[in-house]
Amino acid sequence: MKSLSTRRRHPLAAFVVLALGLAFAGTLFAAFVSPAASADTGESAAQQLANGKALYISSCSSCHGKNAEGTGLGPSLVGVGAASVDFQVSTGRMPAKQLGAQVEAKQNIFSTQQIQDMAAYVQSLGGGPQIPAAGQYAYDANAVALGGQLFRENCSQCHNFAGEGGALTDGKFAPKLTQTNPQQIYEAMLTGPQNMPVFSDKVIPPAEKQAIISYLLNSRNEPNYGGAGLGRLGPVSEGLFIWTVGLIALLLCAVWIAAHTTKASAQKAAQAAAAGKAGK
Amino acid sequence: MTADENGHPNLTELGYDERSPVAVDEHGHGHEVELPEDPFADPGLEPHRPRATDIDEKVAQKAERQVAALFALSALATIGFMVAYTEVPRTAVVNFFPIGAVSASNFALGMLLGIALFSLGAGAVYWARTLMTDVELTQERHLLESGSEAKAQAVAEFEKGVADSGIKRRPLIRRTLLGALAVLPLPALWVLRDLGPLPGDSLRHTAWKAGELIINDNTVSIDGSTGQGVKPEDITIGTLVQGRPKAALTAGDQYNDLMAKSAILLVRLDPADIKSQQQRDWGYQGIVAFSKICTHVGCPVALYEQQTHHMLCPCHQSTFDLSDGGKVIFGPAARSLPQLPITVDADGYLVAKSDFDQPVGPSFWERG
Amino acid sequence: MTATTPHAAGFGDGTAPSTPAGKAADYLDQRLGIAGAAKKNLRKIFPDHWSFMLGEIALYSFIVLLLSGVFLTLFFTPSMNEVTYNGSYTPLDGIKMSEAYASTVNISFDVRGGLLMRQIHHWAALVFVMAITVHMLRIFFTGAFRKPRELNWLIGFGLFVMALLEGFAGYSLPDDLLSGTGLRIAEGVVLSIPIIGTYVSFFLFGGEFPGHDLVPRLFTIHILLVPGLILALITVHLILVFYQKHTQWAGPGRTNENVVGLPLLPVYIAKAGGFFFLVFGIISLLAGLVSINPIWTYGPYVPNEMTAGSQPDWYIGFLEGSLRMMPNVEFNFIGHTLSLNVLIPALIVPGILFTGLAVYPFIEAWVTGDRREHHILDRPRNVPTRTGIGVAGCTFYGVLWVVGGNDLIATHFHLSLESITWAGRVVVFVGPAFAFWITRRICYGLQRADREKVLHGREAGVIVRSPEGEFSEVHAPISDGDRYRLTAHDVHRPLSIAQAADANGIPAPRLRRAKLRARFTRWYFGTRVEKPSTEEYRESITSGHH
Repeated sequence: MKSLSTRRRHPLAAFVVLALGLAFAGTLFAAFVSPAASADTGESAAQQLANGKALYISSCSSCHGKNAEGTGLGPSLVGVGAASVDFQVSTGRMPAKQLGAQVEAKQNIFSTQQIQDMAAYVQSLGGGPQIPAAGQYAYDANAVALGGQLFRENCSQCHNFAGEGGALTDGKFAPKLTQTNPQQIYEAMLTGPQNMPVFSDKVIPPAEKQAIISYLLNSRNEPNYGGAGLGRLGPVSEGLFIWTVGLIALLLCAVWIAAHTTKASAQKAAQAAAAGKAGK
Repeated sequence: MTADENGHPNLTELGYDERSPVAVDEHGHGHEVELPEDPFADPGLEPHRPRATDIDEKVAQKAERQVAALFALSALATIGFMVAYTEVPRTAVVNFFPIGAVSASNFALGMLLGIALFSLGAGAVYWARTLMTDVELTQERHLLESGSEAKAQAVAEFEKGVADSGIKRRPLIRRTLLGALAVLPLPALWVLRDLGPLPGDSLRHTAWKAGELIINDNTVSIDGSTGQGVKPEDITIGTLVQGRPKAALTAGDQYNDLMAKSAILLVRLDPADIKSQQQRDWGYQGIVAFSKICTHVGCPVALYEQQTHHMLCPCHQSTFDLSDGGKVIFGPAARSLPQLPITVDADGYLVAKSDFDQPVGPSFWERG
Repeated sequence: MTATTPHAAGFGDGTAPSTPAGKAADYLDQRLGIAGAAKKNLRKIFPDHWSFMLGEIALYSFIVLLLSGVFLTLFFTPSMNEVTYNGSYTPLDGIKMSEAYASTVNISFDVRGGLLMRQIHHWAALVFVMAITVHMLRIFFTGAFRKPRELNWLIGFGLFVMALLEGFAGYSLPDDLLSGTGLRIAEGVVLSIPIIGTYVSFFLFGGEFPGHDLVPRLFTIHILLVPGLILALITVHLILVFYQKHTQWAGPGRTNENVVGLPLLPVYIAKAGGFFFLVFGIISLLAGLVSINPIWTYGPYVPNEMTAGSQPDWYIGFLEGSLRMMPNVEFNFIGHTLSLNVLIPALIVPGILFTGLAVYPFIEAWVTGDRREHHILDRPRNVPTRTGIGVAGCTFYGVLWVVGGNDLIATHFHLSLESITWAGRVVVFVGPAFAFWITRRICYGLQRADREKVLHGREAGVIVRSPEGEFSEVHAPISDGDRYRLTAHDVHRPLSIAQAADANGIPAPRLRRAKLRARFTRWYFGTRVEKPSTEEYRESITSGHH
């Protein structure tokens, strides 16, 4: 029962900790990250655009064209907006290594500042969804239930009930949402990367987007009350588990019950027999 | 060639000499091996060999203590279970490697109950394995079949009884009895009639009708009573909107029945991508509405790939092409997703032009 | 005769029992006359083998299901009426749901030990069907279904089907997103039945899907009707096992006319009783450590919501795969629709599979013409055709099963859904044929190895060099017991046409049937590995081969 000593007393404790953690992270973000995006760092808007354009030319233009007009390799980026750039680059999807059924997330190679610069440049080309402010995707404990309902209506069909991802056609898949940060989730809904549909602010209003994110954050930090979650994949992993671990455990018992008990060595048996005789 | 019961060839028939030159001679020497007459004969039960606990009282006592310890552990765990039931708060969470955070109550109760039961069982089995007899005994088995005489007697008794009843001699009784018995079970089906209403044409209609406002699912309040419509300009290319008829907001406890037929999806396609004129006409400026209910067995299809316009059903992976009238391009569904004709109302909101032109959802016999 | 005095009752001869146990036994015997039965059965012998305990696992998990199920009924509300959730699980706060779902969430979070009971119940259900399946496979592969046990095979088959029904009904009760989706699929399947399907569906659901009637109806079926039938069938099943005595493996002293093992009292009382607690204990540990069916994360059922990974419990998985794999064949004619894309995979394929399973003992008996009683089990290798058929059946089932999880296979192994489905469509036909062929080959190979062992002994692992400089491995002779064990089986021969006709007691007229039968037996027993003859054995001994 020692392990129980670490228990937390209140059901909401986890959520309170989570909310505090997020608030703390948000403060940090505000303290360190946000200023980089503003002119306070001394980088003027013009400089930012120039830097962004330089980065764009060196890293993106081979597929998306010199003026972001698009080529056979990549779509036009005019009007996709800063949110799209931030999502694609910060999740490492862009620049793409190779074109396949789906461009997958990988290690992001740019600094936050560089991403901001590129995003500003693309934004300047034709507008589009802006990078959301931190407050838009902050955890809201009161919105979790509504978020769950919206998640099950809009998201879980592809991403699974716990955001564990799922299969699409022709080898494509809806990725796991367990590592994606709230800003990226917001941007993904806003811009509809690759085959994901777009959920613009008219279709899912900002408050509802925040609710969905709150639900996801709650879900990923929620204990598996009943024990090991088996990947939160539903009945398939439960079936696999019972046919492996469960069956083996039960068969070991059956074997133990039915197997002959180890016999005494012949020598000992003979000794005992002799002793028995002598005793008589 | 004949064979004995076990399939061993008959030796004498093979011309095999029982007094083979290599068999044991009367003097019993000069031969390496002794050959039994039938080497495959049943040698009989192997002699019992004692276990350590059978011959060494010390070992037996140790086993006794082990069994007792298991039983004692079981009793302790049972008491622990009751303590945990009252003492571990229902909502407490405990973290431990490698499982992570789990309900403390469930964990404690499960472990303690498991230990209580398992050690009780293990004690009993260990007791049986070490201290109870392991001398194998033999019991006779008799053919289950009764002798032919007994069978004949039984048949005779039966026939005597049948004869006594006169059922063979009096066909009128026999036939009316069989007839009465044949119709008797029918009421058992008859009385099930009120299990449900007759289908009528209810599977052919949904809640959609001309002018019915399309409510954007994502604007519906958590209690389902309010929601807003959607305007064409809100739906950009690549957008997916899930919708319901306005009637759903006031459906009350009929809500699920209504949604099971009337849930829809709206997407905007580039009109140039749309393959048929009818699909364009039933849409509005490239916005098309399809039933969300799979034509295979009725799961909600909603896995929309905006670049390929494919709509995948997660249950059985039927894939529909929304740019081609919702046609099936893979999987077990046989029919296209039905399209809902839409237009805009005076306020600029998207509404249905009419109900679906065909039944939505899975096929049924009368569907045609 | 002094038996008329009121105090003279006792052992009939006037002696009265003195021990408490004796007194209790006497009390019962005077009312039930059970001394005879007790004398015969208390020390009844049961053979020992791990594979004989599989059915026990099923029995014990059923008892666990009854116990935990009774607890759950105390708190579960079988109603589809809508309520607004206000319990302690806040992520569902304010959401509308059925009472069935709300009460299941309450059992999980507001009833102490409720989550444990739910998880015990669900894990026990998975164990129950698994144990039945494994037990049936054991019976099949060892030929334990042969005369006189064909009827018990049918009863066991009935139990298997009941268990599937019972499991599906239970899975559907909480009215969560997964169970509702399962019922939606069930509705689609029922609708596909020609002529009566629509009516059956409306009667089942009390109108249109989902309606408000199904959960209460399923509840009655799940807690009363089917468990009652299961309990009755289990009783008959066990009485027959007891009455017909258990089968045993061939071995020294073990023949078709006896049963060798340990006595019921005390050894099997302790072992079987202990096993019950072991099974219950393992299920409890599972329920304490591993989450199952966390319905609060699935959400309540709403017909327009959906989740990736919507799958049934494992025992319905083969139907799911069957549905996924089927090409989209549907016919429309004179105002009617015949949905073969649903009818075939959901009803016809399992219908054929299950019918084949049920009647296999009778088919085999007809083909082999074997009418003897069998109490000694076959080693699977010694009946290669049956073993091949069994493995082919398992392969077929296995392919359906795997395709039932094709979406998870696709995401976890980076494959495309379509290619898995297409592979399944091919392998479901090719796989069983190949499995049959390879299994038979392996069986023949193993039989030859047995024959070698009998003739030349087992390899002792010692290499010797002969005076001529030749190296060879020493073969140690096997014991008399092993020699008997390895040669105790029958080597069946195909029936001639005459035998095929005669075995039915019908002379020549039904020649065509006899020919068919003879062809079947040739297929069944055509290839054989003969047991060593006494002559061969002696030759191998004297030529010093071992």
